[in-house]
Amino acid sequence: MLELQNISFERNNKKILNNINLRLDENKFYVITGPNGSGKSTLAKIIMGIEKPDTGRIIFNGTDITNITIDERAKLGIGFAFQQPVRFKGITVYDLLKIATKEELTKQQACLILSKVGLCANEYIDREVNGSLSGGELKRIEIATVLACHPKLTIFDEPEAGIDLWSFQNLTQVFKQIQKEYKGINLVISHQERILNIADEIILIEQGNITKRGNKNMMLDTIFTHEVCSKGGVACE
Amino acid sequence: MNNIEKELVKKVMDNELTNADAYNLRVNGESVERKNNPYIDIISKKDKSGIDVHVKDNTLFGIIHIPVILTESGLTETVYNDFYIGKNANVIILAGCGIHNDEHKDSEHDGVHRFFLSEGAKVKYVEKHYGEGNGDGKKILNPITEVEMQKGSSMTIDTLQIKGVDNTFRKTKAILASNTTLVINEKILTSNNQEAKTEFEVILNGENASTHVTSRSVATENSYQEFKSNVIGNNKCYAHVECDAIIKDEGVVKAIPEICANNIDANLIHEAAIGKIAGEQLTKLMTLGLTEKEAEEAIINGFLK
Repeated sequence: MLELQNISFERNNKKILNNINLRLDENKFYVITGPNGSGKSTLAKIIMGIEKPDTGRIIFNGTDITNITIDERAKLGIGFAFQQPVRFKGITVYDLLKIATKEELTKQQACLILSKVGLCANEYIDREVNGSLSGGELKRIEIATVLACHPKLTIFDEPEAGIDLWSFQNLTQVFKQIQKEYKGINLVISHQERILNIADEIILIEQGNITKRGNKNMMLDTIFTHEVCSKGGVACE
Repeated sequence: MNNIEKELVKKVMDNELTNADAYNLRVNGESVERKNNPYIDIISKKDKSGIDVHVKDNTLFGIIHIPVILTESGLTETVYNDFYIGKNANVIILAGCGIHNDEHKDSEHDGVHRFFLSEGAKVKYVEKHYGEGNGDGKKILNPITEVEMQKGSSMTIDTLQIKGVDNTFRKTKAILASNTTLVINEKILTSNNQEAKTEFEVILNGENASTHVTSRSVATENSYQEFKSNVIGNNKCYAHVECDAIIKDEGVVKAIPEICANNIDANLIHEAAIGKIAGEQLTKLMTLGLTEKEAEEAIINGFLK
């Protein structure tokens, strides 16, 4: 279970998050949505430890993790897929998967991980994680590295960002699979209706506040008639 | 060889020396072991220190090892090695120099390597440099590599300065005839007060000659590196020069690119990037469970792999 207590975050005299209180339970697929600049990604980064809140506490499975580092949170079982996957020079897909699994990883095992995100291992395993890969390929590799860690809480920050609609349609299948196979807590920051549709629960953030949360059916009606998502949730960006 | 010398050979050679088709082992200024075969002949020079390596036409998959080891503090040597590669021959040459210096005198090995590639010859040349020892005497390596490539030949030069070399000044010059390809991959890691300078000059004389020069370097602590490249295109040709450097602590890297197109169909590119490790790269690896220090090591190891 993840519990955020009174989380606030302010930068340049602007309140990004305003006293957020949120509890996320095991074996649920949550989607946080809301307009650009509403504080969704900041909240995700605060959970991973990439940003530090000005006030409040974060409790993960009974442990206060507010002041521990990113790697310590990773070791406790928190995984984070970046909105813009990071590129490296010289580090291959296989290298990243080996780092993620923290153990000897055969190419066959790496192949299994990559197949979960719809990539053919033979084509990708020895490729460098750099700009020669497309946005969609980088996204899949990013997700594969997170799944390889077997996290108890997995955060995906806007998986749809930076990829074309065709690639995203395929990626939706990956998330459906994640929902089925990976128990624990799945938390996705997204604007995409296809992702909202597979959520157990949707949380709406506006101007740094959680304004609504509820099950998919109730929330989809609210969101698509709400001015925050006037284009039907498909093209908020 | 004593144990220190045996270990040094291992540091600069990935393969067992005796697995080579031909080899020459030089220890403290003397050739101590040599093996030839019917296709590869290694002969000592008569007028100066060094060897001539003759590879016969059409030799296929020949592997040649020429390691140099220095454990005698204060030894300074210049060695001249010439490689004559026959038509359509295909060889791998593994060179490497390891210096162990426990004393206060400087040890220096300056290797002058000249390669003459006949038509259609293919050469992969790998050179590793490594220094170790607790003395304050410097470990100095100044290699000069000169390459002449006849039409249709190709060469890959991989150079790696692993660690512990106090001063190095590497000069590489190549002249390419038509339909030739030269690939140079340089990797250097410097630390403490070490200094490494490299200079490349590639002259593309023939039609469809091409070269790709990649330098990846990491300068840490108070070390200094300088990368200078000059590519001259005298015909319809292609060149891509890429200099990437990571700086850490007080490390300094200077890149001086020069490209000169003397022909309307010459296509020459130079890219250079110097900077510290990107914060987002560290963050990504930390989200996979590495500490900041481990993440930094993984990024540098990958960069220099």
